[in-house]
Amino acid sequence: MVAPASKCRVCKEPAIIDLPRHNANFCAEHFLELCRRQVVKAIEKFDMLSKDDRVLVAVSGGKDSLAVWDILVELGYQADGLYIGLGIGEYSDVSGEYAKSFADERGLRLITIDLRSEYGYDIPTAAKATRRVPCSACGTSKRHLFDKAALDGGYTVLVTGHNLDDEAAVLFGNTLRWDVEYLSRQLPVLPARNGFPKKVKPLIRLTEREMAAWCIVRGIDYLVDECPMAVGNKHLAYKAALNAIEQQSSGAKASFYLNFLDNMAPLLAERSAAATDELGTCTSCGAPTTSDLCAFCRTAEKARAHEPVPVELVLSKGRRRR
Amino acid sequence: MKVLLRNPRREQYVTGPKSVNALLDALELPREAHLVIRNGTLVPGDAALADDDVVEIRPVISGGC
Repeated sequence: MVAPASKCRVCKEPAIIDLPRHNANFCAEHFLELCRRQVVKAIEKFDMLSKDDRVLVAVSGGKDSLAVWDILVELGYQADGLYIGLGIGEYSDVSGEYAKSFADERGLRLITIDLRSEYGYDIPTAAKATRRVPCSACGTSKRHLFDKAALDGGYTVLVTGHNLDDEAAVLFGNTLRWDVEYLSRQLPVLPARNGFPKKVKPLIRLTEREMAAWCIVRGIDYLVDECPMAVGNKHLAYKAALNAIEQQSSGAKASFYLNFLDNMAPLLAERSAAATDELGTCTSCGAPTTSDLCAFCRTAEKARAHEPVPVELVLSKGRRRR
Repeated sequence: MKVLLRNPRREQYVTGPKSVNALLDALELPREAHLVIRNGTLVPGDAALADDDVVEIRPVISGGC
């Protein structure tokens, strides 16, 4: 015999989702209200955005970036989207279609950049040419192009869809290594300075499960399939470990990350400021860097000199290594 | 019930009735990493799934790199 389904904590109507970390269940309407409230709380606490800002949202076609764009527009922010075609085979083609459909259906502006046609390389080729894991070449490329597009377009803030699980997983990895430099920079707001735009993460108080639920309830079609090049990466292993802890102790992920921001990040603030003051300028593109050529230009230079590599070749090599 | 799974896409038949949480436990899928959708609507962990239901179990974890 199965027990009757639970009721919404607010209105007592049938619930659509249980959130153990809040010890509560919610109907669709009050679940959306909870999510909006969490985003507003993050924005206000960390002074992320104002209604006068010109906001650029980095959009991948996945749940988090489409959800944050949706929420910000709903809250009244002026937000355009930026999609980067990374050349990861069919995965990139499909993810771009989700991003474009979302923007078209809502009459929003989506800027698109294609790595292969505009910069002469793609992520599978960059991974092979640099002999680094694909996520490393991908992150380096995306960060540079996000920053450049925000600055070139006159946007005052760059928004990314990093959620509580993403941040907790990165914190877990940084803590396992006691990487103080990375820990000092793991902040929900990075102010504009030294050639970087202001960057903010409004979803830090919401989990991946909550963001997927937001998209389902709001009728947002997003790319559910995982990036083929991310399969087996450390980040996913850290998330699985944290979810195992969360299952035993509801709210553990939120405590781990949000208490880090409250209690530990202030102690590292001086170190973070010193690190960003020591930057020079890339001799090729003018971006801020600690060496002559920035990481993006080094990656692009090596990748352009390499024959194009199909995504399948990089995947099969990665699988053999595991 | 017919259960649709993702990453990779596949189908599996599971005998009902079962609660959502019991279904996830039976398939050894972590609750924090999945949502269950019945007829296009999300259902909470204690919702009863009947033998003739068609449900999708959607993973929510992404690489995030």
